[in-house]
Amino acid sequence: MDLADIISGDQRLAVVRQPIAHDSAVKHVTGQAAYIDDMREPTGTLHLAPGYAPIAAGRVTALDLEPILKAPGVVAVLTAEDIPGHNDISPKEVGDDPAITPERVNFYGQVLFCVIAETRMEARRAVKLARIATAPSMPVIDVDDALVANTTVLPEYAFVRGDPIVEIPQAPREITGEFRIGGQEHFYLEGQIALAIPGEDGDMYVHSSTQHPTEVQHVVAHALAVHDNAVTVEIRRMGGGFGGKESQATQWAVLAALAARKTGRPCKLRLDRDDDMIMTGKRHDFRVDYNVGIGKDGVIRALDVTLAARCGHSEDLSLGVIDRTMFHADNSYFYPTCRILTRRMRTNTVSNTAFRGFGGPQGMLFAERMMDHIAYVTGKDPLEVRKANFYSGSGRDRTPYGMRVEDNILHELVGELERTSEYWDRRKALAEFNAASPVLKKGLALTPVKFGISFTLIQLNQAGALVHLYRDGSISLNHGGTEMGQGLFIKVAQVVAEEFGVGIDKVKITATSTALVPNTSPTAASSGTDLNAQAALVACRQIKERLFDFIQETWNVGRDRVQFRDDRVIVGNREMKLGELATAAYEARVQLSAAGYYKTPKITWDRAKANGRPFYYFAYGAACSEVTVDTMTGEMRVDRVDIRHDVGKSLNPAIDIGQIEGGFVQGMGWLTGEELVWDSAGRLRTHAPSTYKIPTASDVPADFRVALHESGGNREDSIYRSKAVGEPPLMLAISVFSAITDAIASLKPAVMPRLDAPATPEAIMRAIRATTGGDM
Amino acid sequence: MAEVKLTVNGKRVTRHVPDETLLVEFLREELRLTGTHVGCDTSQCGACTVHVDGMAVKSCTMLAASASGSEVTTIEGLANGGLHPMQKAFNDNHGLQCGFCTPGMIMTAVDMVRRYKASGERLDEEAIRHELEGNICRCTGYHNIVKSIQQAAGEM
Ligand code: FES
Ligand code: FES
Repeated sequence: MDLADIISGDQRLAVVRQPIAHDSAVKHVTGQAAYIDDMREPTGTLHLAPGYAPIAAGRVTALDLEPILKAPGVVAVLTAEDIPGHNDISPKEVGDDPAITPERVNFYGQVLFCVIAETRMEARRAVKLARIATAPSMPVIDVDDALVANTTVLPEYAFVRGDPIVEIPQAPREITGEFRIGGQEHFYLEGQIALAIPGEDGDMYVHSSTQHPTEVQHVVAHALAVHDNAVTVEIRRMGGGFGGKESQATQWAVLAALAARKTGRPCKLRLDRDDDMIMTGKRHDFRVDYNVGIGKDGVIRALDVTLAARCGHSEDLSLGVIDRTMFHADNSYFYPTCRILTRRMRTNTVSNTAFRGFGGPQGMLFAERMMDHIAYVTGKDPLEVRKANFYSGSGRDRTPYGMRVEDNILHELVGELERTSEYWDRRKALAEFNAASPVLKKGLALTPVKFGISFTLIQLNQAGALVHLYRDGSISLNHGGTEMGQGLFIKVAQVVAEEFGVGIDKVKITATSTALVPNTSPTAASSGTDLNAQAALVACRQIKERLFDFIQETWNVGRDRVQFRDDRVIVGNREMKLGELATAAYEARVQLSAAGYYKTPKITWDRAKANGRPFYYFAYGAACSEVTVDTMTGEMRVDRVDIRHDVGKSLNPAIDIGQIEGGFVQGMGWLTGEELVWDSAGRLRTHAPSTYKIPTASDVPADFRVALHESGGNREDSIYRSKAVGEPPLMLAISVFSAITDAIASLKPAVMPRLDAPATPEAIMRAIRATTGGDM
Repeated sequence: MAEVKLTVNGKRVTRHVPDETLLVEFLREELRLTGTHVGCDTSQCGACTVHVDGMAVKSCTMLAASASGSEVTTIEGLANGGLHPMQKAFNDNHGLQCGFCTPGMIMTAVDMVRRYKASGERLDEEAIRHELEGNICRCTGYHNIVKSIQQAAGEM
C-alpha cells in the first residue's frame, strides 16, 4: 500500500477510521459476552484450589496432605510428583520457576500443592487442612536488601555513550538525586482462570485467560510431556490483561491441565482475588540514583544513572522489561554522553512481570524527574528545560542505543498542547494563587511521551491470520492476537470489512486458538493491531488476488475495473453481491481461504553491542496536569488534565480515545494511590482492593480534555498509517506526578522536593517536610 | 440445605441449596445467569451488582437464603427485549472496554438514576462519580461511563 493511496483515499474508506463500538459491546451491556468462568462446564468438571508457601524463603520440611484427602468432595491432591514433564512455568523455560515447588521456597505465595475437588468451595476449604512444616531462612525482600546481599536474576546491562564519569564534573553544574518508584498490581477485573479438558490420545484442550496462548501451549505440553500439537489453547476474551496475563496466566493453565491429566476429568482453576494478588507478579519497583552534568542553559551534557529493579524470585520477563526501562530512560531527551545502567535484583517476592509499558514507564519517570530537578535547582520553568533538552535535528537525534529519532513530532505536538492548555497563563495564575494560599498549593506540569513501538525481542515481531470467505459472502476472521478489552478484534475486523467492501456485521470474529494460527507472539508491546491487522490484510489480499484472476478469466474485466464496496462487487458494468461472486468462484474451483503472514520491516537489535533500530517507529503524546495539594494533610486532587496524543491516522478514534483515557487513569493510579506493601516476613499486606487503592470515578478529574494529534499519519507504512495506542498513554500520567512535585516545590525556591512514587498522602507529607526542613 | 424462593427477572424459581450459597453463586450456577460477574469475591469491586427488590446489592455479599422471597433483577432481565436506556447509553458512549465491570456498572447506574429521580435530587456529574465509588473499572478511566449515565439519566 503506498502513502498517496492512503492519504488521498481516506474519503473512500467506509469502515476503517469510523468510531465503531467494541465488537462485543452489545453482548457486554446485556451480560451475554461469555468469559471463561461463564462458559457451560462439561459434565464432571472438577475445581482446583492452590495451597501456597507460608514463608518467603527456606524449605518445606514436611507436607502432610492426608487431612485434605479425607475432606468432603476432595478427589485428589496434585503435587510436584504428579508432573510427568518439566516442572517449570518460566516463559523462556530457563527452569527457575516451578509450577509446584517440590521443597525449596522462594517467595510467600509459591504453590506447594493443589487440591482437586468436586466444587470450588470444597477445594478452597480443604486447602486449609494441609499440615506444612517449614525451615525458614532470612528473606531478601526489597531492592535495598538485594543490593546488600548482591542477589540478581540477570547480569547488569548498560547503554554507554562517551565517558560520563569524566564529563559530568566538567559541566558547569552537577546534580545528584535518588528516588524510588513503586510497583503496581494489575487488578484485571477478571482474575486468573483456566479450564482444561482432556481429550483422546493424551490431547488437552485449554481455555486460558491469557495474552499469550502459544506460550501456554508450549508450557502445558512440556509439563504433560506431550508434543505441542497435542495441546490447544483458546481464548475468546479476557476481562482485562494489562500485561498481567502475558506470562502470569501460564501457571494456572498448567495446573488445570495437570489435574485434568491426573483425574481424566475437566478441571477448572479460578484464583480467588486475594490469592491472585499474592501469587501473581506485578510491575517492577525501582530505586534510581542519578548524577547529571548540565550547562547554564539547563541542557544536559552528561548523565550517569543506575536503575535497580526488584525482579522477584525468578527471571520471568525481566530481561525485556528492564531493557525497555533503558530504552525509555531518555524519554524525549537527547543525552550527548551517558551511561544508563540497570541492575536486576533477585528478591524473595513474587516474580515481577509485564505491565502496560513493560518497564518503559519507570525509565520515563526517571527522565521527567530529572527534568524537574534541573528546573527547580536552576530556577527555570520545567517546560523550558524539557523543550531545551528535546531530541531535534541532526547531531541531537541519536538515542543512547544508536537509533536515530527520524519521526520526531515532539516540538509541534508539545507546542500545540502548550497553546491549547494555556500553559503560560495558568502558570502565572498558579503563582498568584500559591502566593495568596498558605495551605493549599497548586502545581502544573506538561510532560511529553515518546514510546518505541515493536518488541525488542525481534523474533516476536511477526503475526499470522486466517480468513475464510464463505459462499454466501460472509467472512470468518481469526488471528493470533487476543482481545482483553483494548478493541483489537474490532480494529482488525474493520480492516477486513474494508478490504471486501462489506459492513462490519459480515465479518465473524472468532476466538484466538493455537489450532488455527500457530506460533504466535503475545498480544503485548502495543503491537496487537500493527501486527495482526497487517496479517489479516495480507490474507484478504490473497483471496482477492484469486478473485481478480477469476474475474479476468470469466468476464474479461481487469482488476482496475473491479471494486469491492457498499456490500457489492462492481465488475466492469456488472454489479453483484459478494456472495454471488464467491459462489461463482467456488464453482470454478477457486480457493476462498487464506493464511496471511506479516513481519515488521526495518527493525534490528544487537543486544551485545547495544546498537540497532529496535523500534519501527515512535508514538508521541503529551499531557498537562494541574493539581492542588493540601500541605497540612498531604491530600491531593487533580483539577484538570489536557492531553494531546498521536495515534497516527486512527483506525477507530473511539477505541483509541478510550485507550488514552483508560491508560492515563491507570498511570495516575500507579503514581498516586496504588501502593504495594510487603512486611519484613515477605508477606504482601495489600492483597485486596480494601487495602490497595485502585482509582475510582471520583479520583478522576471531571475536567479531562483529550485530543488526538492531527498529523499526516505514521511516517512508516503501518496499517492505514495508524499508530499503536495500548501502552503510550499510561505514561501521560507522569504529568500528575510532576505537577505534585511542582506544588511542593512552590514551598521553597531552588529546592527539589524529594518525592517518591507513588505520591500517596504520606509520601507527599514526607516530601513537604524534607523540602521545608520542618519549618512548616 | 436451604430452600430459596426467588422471582428472578420476572420468573419464579425455587431451589434447594447449601445454606452458605451466595446470591451470586445461586444466580450464576443454579440459574446460569452469568452476566453477573465476580471480580473481587469480597464486596469491593461491584462487578456482581444486581437489584434485590429494586435496590442495588452486591450479590457476593448476600446469601441466597437471605434474599429468599425477594424479586431479583440481573443484567439479563433489565430490558424486556431490546436494550434498556442505560444499556443503550453504555453502548453509544463506549462506556466499556473489557466489559467485565459493565453489568455491575449498569445495575448500579440504573439504581442511582431511579433513586435520584424518586428523591428529586439532581444527579450531576459529581454525584455520579461519587455514587460510582463502589464500582471499579480498571479499563476505561470512567469518563465514558459517566457520560453514559448522564445520557441515560435524561432518557429514563
Ligand atoms: S465480586 Fe462482589 S463486589 Fe466484587
Ligand atoms: S471495562 Fe474492563 S473493568 Fe471496566
